[in-house]
Amino acid sequence: MTDHHDHDHAHAHGHGDDKSQRNDLAVFQHGRPPVDRSAIKGWGADLDHKNRPGYPMERMPQRLDAPLTQPQPQARHVEVLVSPERPHMTPLFGSPQPPKGLSGMLRRAAFKTTENDIRHWLLLLLADRVNVVEGIGEDLARGHVPNVFAEMGIKAEWEHNRVGLVKKVAVTAAVAGVAYYLLKGRKER
Amino acid sequence: MLAMNYRGPYRVRAEQKSDPVIEHPGDAIVRVTRSCICGSDLHLYHGLVPDTRVGTTFGHEFVGIVEEVGSGVQKLKVGDHVLVPFNVFCGSCFFCQRELYGNCHNTNPQASAVGGIYGYSHTAGGYDGGQAELVRVPMADVGPTIIPHDMDEDDAVLLTDALPTGYQAAEMGDISEGDTVVVFGAGPVGIFAAKSAWLLGAGRVIVVDHVEYRLDFVRRYAQCEVVNFREVDDMALHIKKMTDWMGADVCIDAVGCEAAGNAAQTLTGVYAMMQAGSATALHWAINSVRKGGNVSIVGVYGPTFNAIPIGNALNKGLTLRMNQASVKRHLPRLIEHIQAGRIDPKQIITHRVPLEEVADAYHIFSSKLDNCIKTVLIPPNQPQRRAVAATTLP
Repeated sequence: MTDHHDHDHAHAHGHGDDKSQRNDLAVFQHGRPPVDRSAIKGWGADLDHKNRPGYPMERMPQRLDAPLTQPQPQARHVEVLVSPERPHMTPLFGSPQPPKGLSGMLRRAAFKTTENDIRHWLLLLLADRVNVVEGIGEDLARGHVPNVFAEMGIKAEWEHNRVGLVKKVAVTAAVAGVAYYLLKGRKER
Repeated sequence: MLAMNYRGPYRVRAEQKSDPVIEHPGDAIVRVTRSCICGSDLHLYHGLVPDTRVGTTFGHEFVGIVEEVGSGVQKLKVGDHVLVPFNVFCGSCFFCQRELYGNCHNTNPQASAVGGIYGYSHTAGGYDGGQAELVRVPMADVGPTIIPHDMDEDDAVLLTDALPTGYQAAEMGDISEGDTVVVFGAGPVGIFAAKSAWLLGAGRVIVVDHVEYRLDFVRRYAQCEVVNFREVDDMALHIKKMTDWMGADVCIDAVGCEAAGNAAQTLTGVYAMMQAGSATALHWAINSVRKGGNVSIVGVYGPTFNAIPIGNALNKGLTLRMNQASVKRHLPRLIEHIQAGRIDPKQIITHRVPLEEVADAYHIFSSKLDNCIKTVLIPPNQPQRRAVAATTLP
C-alpha cells in the first residue's frame, strides 16, 4: 500500500505557539473545564481530514497497488451454496465444511430463499442446531466421546469462578431433584 | 495441524485436522504465530450467527510466517512475517476499487451483504480462520502486510482487526475539534475507539459499560471519563445531564448484538432470537446523541432485523454510519501512530493462552473471568519471544 499520509496535524507537535493556540481553542464544554490536551499523547494528530485514512468514504483511485483485473475462478471441488441475490459464483470462496447430512439438506433449502427472506436465516439457524447433534454422532461414530464439560471450559470456571460453578451445580442438582420428585410422585399416583 | 474446532454453542476444542492447501494461484499458506479471540467471535461461540457449521475453525485476527505461496503470487515470499487483515478481499471489485475492502464482492458466494471474513461462518464466506497452526490466505499479494521490523508481534496482531475497527468507529463519527464522544462498550474495540477519538480531536470522551474492571482499565488507558450503566437510572438521560441537556456530538456503538442493560432487548434478542440480537447499545446511542449528531456503529448484529428507535434518528436529523472495518486502508496511518508512540495496542492484552487450551480461553473471555480484556492464542512450537512489559497505566 502506498504511503499517502502527510505529517501530523500541526496541533499535535506540541510546539509553543501551536500549544497556546490549541488551548485557546479548548473552550469550556458543558460547564466543564477543557481537558488538558497536552497530557493526551497524539491529541489531534488526525484532526485534519487529510490525515484520516478513511476519508472520503469511497476513495478513488484506491491507494493499494492491486491488479484491477477480476481474479481467476477458484477450482470448485466441493459443494458451495450460493446466495440467490448473486448472479453467479464468486471467484473466491471457502471450501471447508461443505453441506452434508440433514443439516446440509436444510441449508440447501435455505439457499432457495433470498437473504431478504427471514426464512433463509431461520432455516440456517435450525440447520446449525441439527448440525450440533450430527457432530456428536460423528464423534461417537469414530469412537470419541466428547468431553462436553472440557469443551465448555470447566477448568477455567473452576480456577476463576469456583463459587459460581458450585452454585450452578447446586442449582442444577436442586432443579433435577425437584423434577425427579414430581415425576416420581405422578407415577405413583 | 492443531486447530480450534467449533462443536456447538459454548463448545469448542483444539484438535488435529488436515493442513490447508493452496486452492487458488493467488493463495498463500501462513504458519500462525499469534491469533486473538475477538469479541465478535463470541457471537459465533454463542451460536448466534447463522450458518456456523460444526468443525469450523474461528479466528480472524492473526499474524504468522508465510509457509507456501501459490503460482500466481508475485510479491509475498516464503518466510515473510505478515499480519493478515480480517477481511478476505480481492482488491479489484467495484467496492475494493473504492477502498471498501470490508465490502468486497468477490470473496463470499453465500451472502451479498457481507464480504469474506476469516473463520466467521459460511455467512461470511466459509473460510477457516487463524486459531490454528496453519491457515489458507487467499489473494496473498493483496491482503497481508509485512510486519515492520521494529514492531512487536503483539501490536501487529491487534492491527488485524481490533485497532482498525476502533479507529474506524471514531473516524466514522466524523469528529470535529472539541466534540463530546460517547463510546458504548469497554471491550477492546471500544477501548481503541476511545483512544482514537482523542487522535481525531475530541474534547471529551466518555465510555459506558457495566464491567467495572474494564471501565477502570479504559479510564486509565484512554484517559477518559467512564459511566457504569448499572449505576444510572436511564442511560440517555444521564448522558444528557452530562452534556447540558444537549446530548453527545458523537455516539459509538462498540457492543453489538449481545448488549446487556435492557431486559426486553436481551430477552427478545439473545434468548428468544426474535430479533438479530439485543440492540440496547444502539438504542442508547441514538437516544443519547444530540440533534444533528453522528452515530457510528461497529458492533456486530445479525442479518435479520432489530428494534431500534429509527423514528428518533429521523426526527433528530442524525447521521448514521457503520461498516466492517476496511483494515488495509487504515494500516499505514495506524502503524505510524504505533511507531510514534501515540498508541500502544499491546497493553490491552491480558491473557496469553496455548492453543491447546482454547476451550478455557473462550470461556474466560466470554464470561469475563480473571479480569480478561484481550486473549492471545499461541500455537504450539512457537519461539519464545520477549515478554510484554507490565502495563504501566496512570
